Amino acid sequence: MSSRTNILPTTSGHSSSRSAAPPTTLPVERWTGLAKVSVAGVVLGQLALALAPFVLDAGALDRLTVLFIYGILALMWNALAGYAGLVSVGHQAFFGLGAYAAVRLADAGVGPYPALFLGAALVALVAVPLSAFMLRLRGGEFAIGMWVVAALAHLLVNLDTLIQGETGTSLISLQQVDSGTRRLTTYWLALATMAGLAWCVFILLRSRVGSALQAIRDSEEAAASVGVRVRETKQLIFVLSAFGCAAAGALWLATAVTFQPKTYFSVQWTAYMLFMVLVGGIGTFEGPIIGVLIFFTIETLFGAAGVSYLIGLGVVAVLFALLLPKGIWGTIEQRLGIQLLPVGYRLGGEARRATDDRQPSAD
Amino acid sequence: MNFLNQVLQGVLLGGYYALLACGLSFMFGVMRIINLAHGSLAVVAAYGVFYLADRHEWHPFAGLVIAVPVMAAVGWLLQRSLLERSARAGELVPILATFGLAVVIDNTLFANFGADTRSLAPFLEELAYGGFNIGPLTLGHLPLLTFGVAVVLLGGLHVMLKHTPLGRRIRAVADDPSTAQLVGVDAMAVNAAAAAIAMATVGVAGVFLAIRATVDPYAGAPQLIFAFEAVMIGGAGSLWGTLAGGIALGVAQSLGASVHTQGFLIAGHVLFLVVLLTRMLLAGRPIMSLFKPAVAR
Repeated sequence: MSSRTNILPTTSGHSSSRSAAPPTTLPVERWTGLAKVSVAGVVLGQLALALAPFVLDAGALDRLTVLFIYGILALMWNALAGYAGLVSVGHQAFFGLGAYAAVRLADAGVGPYPALFLGAALVALVAVPLSAFMLRLRGGEFAIGMWVVAALAHLLVNLDTLIQGETGTSLISLQQVDSGTRRLTTYWLALATMAGLAWCVFILLRSRVGSALQAIRDSEEAAASVGVRVRETKQLIFVLSAFGCAAAGALWLATAVTFQPKTYFSVQWTAYMLFMVLVGGIGTFEGPIIGVLIFFTIETLFGAAGVSYLIGLGVVAVLFALLLPKGIWGTIEQRLGIQLLPVGYRLGGEARRATDDRQPSAD
Repeated sequence: MNFLNQVLQGVLLGGYYALLACGLSFMFGVMRIINLAHGSLAVVAAYGVFYLADRHEWHPFAGLVIAVPVMAAVGWLLQRSLLERSARAGELVPILATFGLAVVIDNTLFANFGADTRSLAPFLEELAYGGFNIGPLTLGHLPLLTFGVAVVLLGGLHVMLKHTPLGRRIRAVADDPSTAQLVGVDAMAVNAAAAAIAMATVGVAGVFLAIRATVDPYAGAPQLIFAFEAVMIGGAGSLWGTLAGGIALGVAQSLGASVHTQGFLIAGHVLFLVVLLTRMLLAGRPIMSLFKPAVAR
């Protein structure tokens, strides 16, 4: 994408042809017709989902709530891995800490719903010093380093007497809310969080931060040399992803009510995030959305198969890494040169010129 | 005296961590690849040798004779089919691919062997519990053997890298693959050989894991974390540093365990983070540039 922002061929080609042909100007576009339609579609879709509780039954609402939580996770992991070039195997740390913070705050007398978001904000606060520290690790070191952080967070939460070790506890104050109200509130909160974070990432990518991120993804050294504040930009995304994953954990707590550390700090959350982002298309805005829908469908159909289902997820992830590392959307975009959501710039009339820069690495 | 004994047991435990970590350290130092399936592959080797011992009454060390070449072949295959191909798509893709592989391995083991924990200790008889007593201190035969094997393997890798034609080729490819190709080194073959060597050591580590403790299908993740911690504490890319890192990790865990029941794991993770923090404060610049790998880039 960065090449789209950089290449501005206002004259047609080489100096020899300058006198012969008049310069043809390609307009730099962001809001293509397709993009306008897509964004309008997204807004309408979100409105429809907001109104869905008036039509759908309780079971469907519960499943959609789960879908939204997966959506948050995919969005956040993609922002981190796809745009900041940071593959984390330890973001379950924030998922678990978000739920834990909510349990703690509720125990201290905060209302259950405010506790969910206050807890996520506190986790984001913790992520600030952590980011200054962890971001010194590169590549695979950062990936497993985050796993160590998650393991440590899990052990420390188990030490809290309120949690009673692996036995866990529950968000008791939530059980006093009538179940119908609880379902609706959680549904809307999950939808609002997902949509809010998606718009947040959308706006970030269109801002200076977005250009900085793409420069970092292409080459960290080159980005730093032209004045991009590499560390700060990565920190911003890291803290945002910590907040998002913590909110997802808190929302999961709101649907499950019980808090068992083992479930929340499980590395399976990372496996899910990785699957959704890798299959959908890492480093594309649309990719994780497709990834979530695919993962959710697979889970609904085969989730009951247990171990074989998990083996299948792993096999598919490996195959995508080997054969289709850009994921479904990354490949479609490359082949057809289309971009539904306007997070980059493009040159008018150049729609079919596929650019080959959507890689999850800074290499 | 009790404290001294804790430290001693920690040092011996460190020998196991060094053994576990040497393959990871080697691959990271030479190929700049962190294999997230490292722990899971060690557990595969452990299950393989357990199967031979349980079904065919093979002694675990006889099983090792089979496990090491098999794991070397696995390493060669892993490099040729997975790592090489995924690395072409970007430097982060091998992380994704090996994580997916770990998920597949762990759950396949679970599907075939169930959740029961397994141990090779019953097949070893007196070696599993025997030891020397020096005053109040106990030196177990098995921990001593593990430590010795770790030192021999690390030393062997070191000598191989420094003094053999294959070692020179491996270092040349690690340094600059394209220049190495120009002077007639087949970089792909060299990397595959390096991966085979690394996985052979993982086979040894897996067997010692199942001898000294128990394994279950999901034991790979903690083993990966321990190996990684030993490598990072010792300084990434340095083989003898990995031994030092393993010992530091073992001592921290042993002392942590004497403080609190959960202290074993917590102390190890905390030591890892403290070492990283100290290096950061001392240097104020990225850790990687400080601790140049044994094989310089």
